[in-house]
Amino acid sequence: MEIDLSKPILDRNERLAAENRARFDAAGVFVLDMMASPGAGKTSTILATIAALRDRYRIAVIEGDIASKVDAEKVKAHGIPAVQINTGGACHLESDMIRRAVDALPLDELDLIIIENVGNLVCPTDFNLGENAKVMILSVPEGHDKPYKYPGIFQVSEAVILNKVDVMPYFDFDEEEFTGVVKSLNPKAPIFRIAATKGEGVQAWAEWLAARIDAAKVGLGSTS
Amino acid sequence: MGITQGILAASFEAAEKAGATRITEIRITVGELTEIQEFALDFAFQSLTPDTMAEGATLVVTTVAPSSRCRECDLEYDHDRFEMLCPVCGSFNVEPLTGRELRIDSIEAVDGTEPIAEQADDASVQTADTSEE
Repeated sequence: MEIDLSKPILDRNERLAAENRARFDAAGVFVLDMMASPGAGKTSTILATIAALRDRYRIAVIEGDIASKVDAEKVKAHGIPAVQINTGGACHLESDMIRRAVDALPLDELDLIIIENVGNLVCPTDFNLGENAKVMILSVPEGHDKPYKYPGIFQVSEAVILNKVDVMPYFDFDEEEFTGVVKSLNPKAPIFRIAATKGEGVQAWAEWLAARIDAAKVGLGSTS
Repeated sequence: MGITQGILAASFEAAEKAGATRITEIRITVGELTEIQEFALDFAFQSLTPDTMAEGATLVVTTVAPSSRCRECDLEYDHDRFEMLCPVCGSFNVEPLTGRELRIDSIEAVDGTEPIAEQADDASVQTADTSEE
């Protein structure tokens, strides 16, 4: 017998993502999925974001890596709750992994969860985790041609962070071309120029994120 | 691997719901822009199906070429995975139409009492050949 399914292959992931999202909404938590290549500065950007927003929001971090708990330890050292997910080889996070990680967090005592996805510009693009927003980081040494090569991730991101702008003079990075391509792939996404480890430009990015968090809270009718 | 697990989970669920006990074929559609390689899907499929109801099943993959619509001049056109610029006005401001599909279309399944059609056919062809010799 032929059985017609006609449904997305990632249906299960989508369903679990919707469940995650319902849980986040009920607890009034805003969830951010941070995507970038290995070494683009995801952890540094997260730490800089925490420094900018920790007085206003109660923050936790979910770290996704193939192995090790190096990143979670770095975040915990700053007094922020962190859960490490080891994907054991998988190149991206899935909803199911997030669901289990969230079980280890005090959801009702949080305003913001930042998920650091596995370093990869391809696979995380297709996996909804139940987040409120996906944001990506590209670092200057990676080159201005990345939007041509990995258009998908630039299209799903609500904002693009250009990190390591402090080393721009040492690299052949055509910022005008980069900005032009990103704008045409994703006309609505703002581009934030930062140097995460120096704190440069972080405030503008943090304010954008704060505005998104506050808008989501109003949308949920939360009074906190 | 995650994609193949998704395919199998959906197939098992549908087959069980229909009262089937074996899956003989799974048909999926994959857009080229997903960068999913058929050989990788196949490898994962061969690794994950033994000792399941899909053991020995065939995975049939239909690939879809990318196409986009130019937001500047409204042209709809096909392109490859890398160059998606509008071929007429050169704009990069384009909306992807196809190429990101990741869909399970249908499965072919049998229950314990129903003979497996393909194997039955093969067997009858073989019998016919031997009788002619």
